[in-house]
Amino acid sequence: MTLLQLNSLRKRYGMVAALDGVDLSVAAGSRTAIVGPSGCGKTTLLRLVAGFDQPDDGTIVFGGQLLADGSAQVPAHKRGIGIVAQDGCLFPHLTVAQNIGFGLDAERAVKEAKAAELMGMVGLDRAMLSRRPDQLSGGQQQRVALARALARKPRLMLLDEPFSALDTGLRAATRKAVTDVLTAAGITTLLVTHDQGEALAFADQVAVMRAGKFAQVGTPREVYSKPVDPVTAAFLGEAIVLPAVIGEGRAESPLGLLPVDDTVYRGKAEIMLRPEQISVTQAGGAGAPGTIAEINFCGATSDVRITLGGAEAFSFRLDIPSREALFPGDRVMIGVSGAAHVFR
Amino acid sequence: MPAASSWTLTIAVAVAVVALLPLGFVLWATVVTGWETAALLIFRGRVGELMVNTILLIFFTIPICTVVAVSLAWLTERSDLPGARLWSWLAVAPLAVPAFVHSYAWIGTWPSLHGLFAGVAISVVAYFPFLYLPLAAAFRLLDPALEDQAASLGLAPFAVFRRVVLPQLRLALCGGMLLIGLHLLAEYGLFAMIRFDTFTTAIIDQFQSTYNGTAAHMLALVLVLCCFVLLGLEATLRGHRRYARLGPGVARQLKIIRLGKWKYPCLLLPLTVAAFSLGIPALTIGRWLIAGGSGIWRMDEVGLSLIQTLAICLIGGLATTAAAVPIAWLSVRRPTRATRFLEGCYYLASSMPGVVVALALVTVTVRVMLPLYQTVATIVLAYVVMFLPRALVSLRASIAQVPVELEQAAASLGRSPGNALWSTTVRLAAPGAAAGVALASLGIINELTATQMLAPNGTRTLAMAFFALTGEIDYAGAAPYALLMVIFSMPLIWLLHYQSKKIAGR
Repeated sequence: MTLLQLNSLRKRYGMVAALDGVDLSVAAGSRTAIVGPSGCGKTTLLRLVAGFDQPDDGTIVFGGQLLADGSAQVPAHKRGIGIVAQDGCLFPHLTVAQNIGFGLDAERAVKEAKAAELMGMVGLDRAMLSRRPDQLSGGQQQRVALARALARKPRLMLLDEPFSALDTGLRAATRKAVTDVLTAAGITTLLVTHDQGEALAFADQVAVMRAGKFAQVGTPREVYSKPVDPVTAAFLGEAIVLPAVIGEGRAESPLGLLPVDDTVYRGKAEIMLRPEQISVTQAGGAGAPGTIAEINFCGATSDVRITLGGAEAFSFRLDIPSREALFPGDRVMIGVSGAAHVFR
Repeated sequence: MPAASSWTLTIAVAVAVVALLPLGFVLWATVVTGWETAALLIFRGRVGELMVNTILLIFFTIPICTVVAVSLAWLTERSDLPGARLWSWLAVAPLAVPAFVHSYAWIGTWPSLHGLFAGVAISVVAYFPFLYLPLAAAFRLLDPALEDQAASLGLAPFAVFRRVVLPQLRLALCGGMLLIGLHLLAEYGLFAMIRFDTFTTAIIDQFQSTYNGTAAHMLALVLVLCCFVLLGLEATLRGHRRYARLGPGVARQLKIIRLGKWKYPCLLLPLTVAAFSLGIPALTIGRWLIAGGSGIWRMDEVGLSLIQTLAICLIGGLATTAAAVPIAWLSVRRPTRATRFLEGCYYLASSMPGVVVALALVTVTVRVMLPLYQTVATIVLAYVVMFLPRALVSLRASIAQVPVELEQAAASLGRSPGNALWSTTVRLAAPGAAAGVALASLGIINELTATQMLAPNGTRTLAMAFFALTGEIDYAGAAPYALLMVIFSMPLIWLLHYQSKKIAGR
């Protein structure tokens, strides 16, 4: 069942089209991530759904109710959509308990009991209830913000880069905690992030956004292994893009004859391999021959540039495990596992 | 501690001791008077009347000022009110009109005006900008994300204003209210003209009839206690919490609220406020200038008065800023408990009413240093005590912008500490110092109470001449003085407004 439906949503700021016709359908109980570089319009999209801004054109339908259709719109405070912002956005003049109880319309005792319950739910100590936001760490603030939004039992939760202000270790832990809480509560979630790893790890559905439009919408595995174009491919992770001639499910490429994921297409095209498909071994093994042009030791991995032999010299960069000591000029064999993806 | 800072600290302490002289004087006078006499002079009907007047005045003026200032600040900063920039300027401009000129203007329009109602009405138009300025700056600094967040938590727009916006304005509100309260306690001319008795007017009446009696000293004691009550109230209400943005990131552009069909009704407020706070003074001064014709421009008197005023403003402004340099430097470069305490002393000293400062300096000079009585030195000292924080605020802001590394670089290039300070920080902080001089001068040009008690014989500043002429009911003759005070205050008000915007990051 579709909970949230966006139809050709448009929003301009002056001359800049922040959103240039966006369609999205979010199933109830699912987790959707919108991922894109900064300035692609993803935050604008979230603000439109939250009701902080009005779309110029297009409609937003939420649970069968029309929230916005270009001219009329339901104000933010009547939407019942929760949001957790990048910096938590806690009210600095209120205690943690008052922050959590802020959106509740109840007696003080009820609010306090609810706040205590929610603190447990987001994994924070109840002793913190009387603290001020500036006495909490970034991760704690984020959890309080989540508790505050959860208190109103929203059907949809918007997460606006809520983990990007946290440092790396805390980020993963907080993300896991937030995901678990939202899943347990069965709340549909829309996450906006510029971190592709976060988007792929978090969501059931990933929408890759570029310049106000969705370049691709699909499951994390789909968008990662079958991106629509090289730019999307590169945005979602390291990609090795090679020219090739395709036919009968095979590609003739600088890496030799490779199986591809497209059995129909014939002719010239670009193909893509992910680095984890590639193994580099010292000369003597199986695969296509190449030469180490440059190598940078970075600890667990080494950053290498490999030049392929053949008529037209072709080179690409790659991170490989630092198992063997390799030096510039060493001849290596490049093996490929799995099928290459064809950009049609 | 390096030699430079210990010297600076010594000077800063010395200035603080001088600044606290008036407070010390009040304590000394109380001790000398003794409990029985003091009780007799304090617990009497007259003091009770003055107390009731003062309380009623504060009780009515401050809430009305608050409502006017909050509404105006919201309209000019957060709504699409037509001509918001213009109205913003017009909301600050009444500061260029000295409080007693407001009084003169209202009496010129309604000659029978007197008593509490008049006192409250005139105080509101004269002092609401003290609240408008910090509130407008606070509105610009608010993080709009918090308001969005509150809306997403189900709050309707008015509830958002009450529960999220207002609490964040608390610091600005408390500061502005305190400033207005202290002005109400200290103002003489405004209330004398409409025959509304406050402690300050009563002390000056006493001073003029019995010169310097114990009765005046005891009234001063009560007045000082009133100031302490206000300071204590403000400190309690303000609390210790910081309300700054949490977390990183840049505040989103403020959302401007569309007034829609309310646009024109809303214009009524700034229009009415401007009519009363600027229209009435302009009308009255204009009318008297026309009625008086060229006869009232007695250039020998007006010109002399202008030159004396400008000279005393310049000397006073420079002295005040110079006195503020040590503490400004210390509070930026060596912030310790001691320097914070010293700073507190300056603020406390300057919140004492002019009449108390003047009374103290009269007594001290007459008893201890008679040659200094009614000299430029004494009156400049009074200005330093009263206006030092104005210079301090500007100076500190600009010193804080000069990286300390520049001083260190100068020292590493072989300059002595004093020389290094002078050739780097002091040079670069010069604009702030100039602003400090200007803001102190603005206080001096409009100062009447202390000036007329302390000014050397033969001195007649614009304010003094204006007040003397209105006392003789020569309203036409007073008009040129009023005009000159307003004209010379205007650029300084512009500076004040500009500075408050800059502090708010615009």
